[in-house]
Amino acid sequence: MNGIEQETVEGRTLIRLSGEVDLSWSQQVRDAVLGALARSRRVGVVLSEVSYIDSSGIAALVEGFQSARTNGSGFALVAVSDAVRAVLELARLDRVFPIVADVDGIPEVTGAPAWKP
Amino acid sequence: MNVSAPLIEVEKLEAWYGKRRILHGVDFSVNAGEIRVIMGGSGSGKSTLLRHMLGLNRPVSGTVKLFGKDIARSSEREKLEVRKRIGVSFQGGALLTSMTVGDNVALPLREHTRLDEQTIRIMSRIKLEVVNLGGFQDLMPSQLSGGMIKRAALARAIVMDPRLLFFDEPSAGLDPVVSAELDELILRLRDALRMTIVVVTHELESAFKIADTITVLDQGNVLMTGTTAEVRAADNERIQDLLNRRPREVQVDADEYLRRLVGVDA
Repeated sequence: MNGIEQETVEGRTLIRLSGEVDLSWSQQVRDAVLGALARSRRVGVVLSEVSYIDSSGIAALVEGFQSARTNGSGFALVAVSDAVRAVLELARLDRVFPIVADVDGIPEVTGAPAWKP
Repeated sequence: MNVSAPLIEVEKLEAWYGKRRILHGVDFSVNAGEIRVIMGGSGSGKSTLLRHMLGLNRPVSGTVKLFGKDIARSSEREKLEVRKRIGVSFQGGALLTSMTVGDNVALPLREHTRLDEQTIRIMSRIKLEVVNLGGFQDLMPSQLSGGMIKRAALARAIVMDPRLLFFDEPSAGLDPVVSAELDELILRLRDALRMTIVVVTHELESAFKIADTITVLDQGNVLMTGTTAEVRAADNERIQDLLNRRPREVQVDADEYLRRLVGVDA
């Protein structure tokens, strides 16, 4: 089932996405991510339950990341599923997004892209 | 739609150009998630078959179904819905020469969606990154090499994240390294974006590298559809000729030959 859930824990806002993120509802994802960043200084998008994501979904995450960098907020993709990772790797965006294993890894400030050698 | 139904079903498809029969009752189907190569030499009917699969030609008889819909007998609205779910990379690229590469790639999103401009820009640039043309969005098609045009056309074909991608002769006119890169990319698109991909080609090496299954077309007939191993092992003289690049022996029918030379009433 497709879904967006939000919760705030210890100053971090988590957006949990599930199901197949595609053109039919990716604008909702974008609004949720940008909305959370407008309210919170640390935002994580939890992607462990996402079984498919298309480029409109990835675009929503890119916009969130860019917004966090502009405003000096913390932003990360959390617990990325294999399906999402494959799409990120296809566009080499796995080398650009901060990707962390759990909510404790969400940075306080999003810095320069995390280039791996 | 029944999810287990094939994405493409071609049944008893016939095509004629004037008095010449191009497709002789072609039958095959393609399942979701497959990379299917339609392989055949020049004149095998593969381009005609592709045009029928895209709904550009109407069958004389037989049917082509995409996503369970008979494409030739669908309403314009139904056709449009199907077209939104397929991507096509044409042999020559078919980029619009008056537009930048970025605008060419973004075109399907601007035509078929109401996404805001920033999302469209990011989505089309992601696809340029995928095809290794990151940063080339402001160039005009005339400033690109043949391989780059092919990749830009592919970026446009996948910009809507289609479930079904048609790729006409990906290797034609490319050097071996660029051609191998495209083969690699086709495999990655299937794996990451879960596309079902139909590649029409005469290139044996590329066909066997990317295909899960191959439909061998010869003179408008399907000789067989099978896995790469099944095609290699086929006990069929014509298939073995194709695999070993042996030319077809031209059959001579004296009556027919004379008729062609001197006219129908000879």
